[in-house]
Amino acid sequence: MAFAGHIEALLQILTAGLLLGCLYGLMCAGLGLIFGIMRVINFAQGEFMMLAMYAGLTGVAVLAPGRSWAFATAMLVACAVAALFYGLGALTHWALVSRVSGARAVGTADAGHTGQLILTLGLSLVLQNGGLMLFGSSPVSIPNDAAVRSWTMEFAEGDVMLFVNQARAFSALMAVAAVLLTILLMARTGIGRQLRAVANNPIAALYMGVNVDRAFRTAFGIGLALTAVAGVCVATFYPFQAYTGFDFVIIMYAGVVLGGMGSVGGAFLGGLLIGLVQQLSTLVLPPQLQNTAVFIVFLAVLLIRPQGLFGRGVERA
Amino acid sequence: MQFLAPPGRQLAVLAVLLLCGTASAFVISGYELLIISLVGIWAMLGLSWNILGGYGGLVSFGHAAFFGGGAYTVAILFHDYGVTPWIGCLLGAAVGALLAVMIGAVTFRLKGHYFSLAMLAYPLALIPVFTWAGWSEVALPLQRQDPLHYMQFADPRIMPLIVLGALGVALYVCLRIERTRLGLQLYAIRQNELAAQCAGISTLRTKLVASAISGAIAGLAGSLYATIVLVITPGSVFGMLVSAQALIVSMFGGLGAAWGPLIGAVILVPMAELLNATIGARLPGMQGVVFGIAIMAVILFRPQGIYWAVRDSFAHGSAPVPEAPTVEAATTSHPAYHEATGEPLLVVRDISVQFGGLQALSDVSLEVRRGEILGIIGPNGAGKTTLFNVLNGIVRATAGSAKLEGLELLGKAPQEVSALGVARTFQTVRAFPRLTLLENVVVGAFGVNKEDQAALQAARAMLTRVGLAGRALVPASQLTNRELRLMELARALASNPKLILMDESFAGLSSADVEVMMRQIRRLAAEGMTVVIIEHTMTAMVRLATRFVVLDRGRNLAAGLPEDVVRDPEVVSAYLGKRWVEHAGA
Repeated sequence: MAFAGHIEALLQILTAGLLLGCLYGLMCAGLGLIFGIMRVINFAQGEFMMLAMYAGLTGVAVLAPGRSWAFATAMLVACAVAALFYGLGALTHWALVSRVSGARAVGTADAGHTGQLILTLGLSLVLQNGGLMLFGSSPVSIPNDAAVRSWTMEFAEGDVMLFVNQARAFSALMAVAAVLLTILLMARTGIGRQLRAVANNPIAALYMGVNVDRAFRTAFGIGLALTAVAGVCVATFYPFQAYTGFDFVIIMYAGVVLGGMGSVGGAFLGGLLIGLVQQLSTLVLPPQLQNTAVFIVFLAVLLIRPQGLFGRGVERA
Repeated sequence: MQFLAPPGRQLAVLAVLLLCGTASAFVISGYELLIISLVGIWAMLGLSWNILGGYGGLVSFGHAAFFGGGAYTVAILFHDYGVTPWIGCLLGAAVGALLAVMIGAVTFRLKGHYFSLAMLAYPLALIPVFTWAGWSEVALPLQRQDPLHYMQFADPRIMPLIVLGALGVALYVCLRIERTRLGLQLYAIRQNELAAQCAGISTLRTKLVASAISGAIAGLAGSLYATIVLVITPGSVFGMLVSAQALIVSMFGGLGAAWGPLIGAVILVPMAELLNATIGARLPGMQGVVFGIAIMAVILFRPQGIYWAVRDSFAHGSAPVPEAPTVEAATTSHPAYHEATGEPLLVVRDISVQFGGLQALSDVSLEVRRGEILGIIGPNGAGKTTLFNVLNGIVRATAGSAKLEGLELLGKAPQEVSALGVARTFQTVRAFPRLTLLENVVVGAFGVNKEDQAALQAARAMLTRVGLAGRALVPASQLTNRELRLMELARALASNPKLILMDESFAGLSSADVEVMMRQIRRLAAEGMTVVIIEHTMTAMVRLATRFVVLDRGRNLAAGLPEDVVRDPEVVSAYLGKRWVEHAGA
């Protein structure tokens, strides 16, 4: 029996890690897409996700579908929020980020990386604390029935039981769908081709008639949209407040670094691994130290293999 | 030029400012007194950040680790063991320095934004650890019976004065750094790390010394913070806002100037605190918004910060730059070819280098004889620069040896190679653009001159030697190409080398400038210096070198006297193609 208990605990942890990991993967895909194409590290990505969580909460509250339909509504709202954040991303790029990146950063000491990092750090402080002023500090989440319902699976004649939370499972599916859609977009469409060209060599792309500035704006928009979808999904089962975005920032960096800064698929896998590491660490570490395990993985990868597990080379600064 | 500049005026300003701070402590009272302390503490943390981020270009997102380390040292020692904060503060500074050295030793291998991101992780990883360890809130117990011993004075003016005193010390330390060897080395590392290394600076050691000082100041600031606010939590001392504030006051006030963080803290901290005190009850998070907007505005509009913006607007049009001297008519005679008879200075045996699947060098051997000008020639991609990079310690060889007077060079770091007496100039000049010409050369002179004053004298002498004495105070970014080449030569000479490796020193020069460079090199050789020079234009080399080594596609092709080598059919074919061999033969 004790053996079955261990198996059960392990299975439960693996499931939790995989489901959460898919959502981390989606967040990472957003951040990784922006970095991969623009070489800009967006420090405020977590804060945009926090705003998306509140947008999702507001959207569901306005539609007021009732608890049993709340989850499905939230998924629809997530798509609307994605469109909204695509626009917000394009606006942020036009108003702020483009001023320290792209053509204007060429020839500066470190291609503007430090300026970009610090500008988005300032933006994250403003959004985080602005969010605190607007929404207050008490944690909220999108009320729905799926979050409290689970499927129960039985193995080995009922000795091993597995509970799968419905909200988490559907969210993970949504995340996988969003990432697959993005990979298709990048691989198969004209926009995707342009984005890949710009990522490879912005100057050459410019000479070939690609509007590089617009491509960067598109990339920033898509990146925020992906992370926004992840935010609304997470908001269906995870209580959040204005500082929540920052809790996820390191998870996002860790996933993106692990996946090799640059590719959407790699970033997703990186996020998935971080989800697993975080949950598996509870086997050996007290639960409060979950995120310390993530930090350690993050530092270890940066120090030992900065090109990531799935990355090719990394530019040497 | 700041190096060894007399600090008189700066110290006067420092004294006046401290007097003003002291006076204001007696004028105002209550909550505003706390603001004086906070300005002092955040200015100190900014100064600490500025040592790495401003001077050394190492932008840290994690100075909260050192600040929090100091704060928790005082708090835990006081709370659990009753140790006086006086000792706690000193130990806090020590803990800050220790943390900074440990973290730096691990993290300095990362460059640019990778370094910044890694630094972010340290304090944030410590928050859950401290919470888990049961230190989620540590309060310093109230001890009214012995205020002096427990630093809990009845008079609210005393703590701000102590903080101001500590700030004065930190400022003095930073002003000293700016004017001495450590500062100049950090500036050099920031502007061109590879050149700094090849000029003999041990970059890791310099960074670690800087981070020890930086960590100590941050730890002291954190200790004083704990002593003043009396209750600390992991979030309040290790949190992101702490690291962000260190960075923001420095960048807002002026990056890389000791006055910068002070200016930033004096403007931003009272603004944030007063807004927080008035509308913060209704709208929490005011500080974060103020600091966030401040740093965004700085990055967008004045990336250099207030101090430099103000300075530039005052210094407009002053300081006339001396005119570049005209080149005197060049008279160069054809050198008499002679086989240098000196014993070998450098013996290179069978060096091979592989980059992935590319064999850049295979079994290259050569000898450099004392006092000769050895020309290494060969078409593009022959491996000439790679050979220099191997000798210099920049690129690791897969096999082979290179012995300078019997001492192995391979496997040594660039600064160690420099210390052994091998100097280097680069294909594209690697200057420190914002340092003056003289300061550029001083960097090269540090290795052999333990005294800063001696290094300055040596650098002056080298500038005179290459004929640039009149331009000593011009920033390197304003020099002409010829002056930059001569500057690099002077910087190489300043390390008192036995051997100079010159990589395409004529690239981008006009023919008149080439004559100037050739005269310099010949004079060096006449004075006994050994020179190895890479060039792929034959014409100049035939007139300069006393012996040739020819490389082609990573292999030795030929060696010997220039007149023989240029007639060697294999050399002609490598340079010009097979067809020309018949012409040459005809």
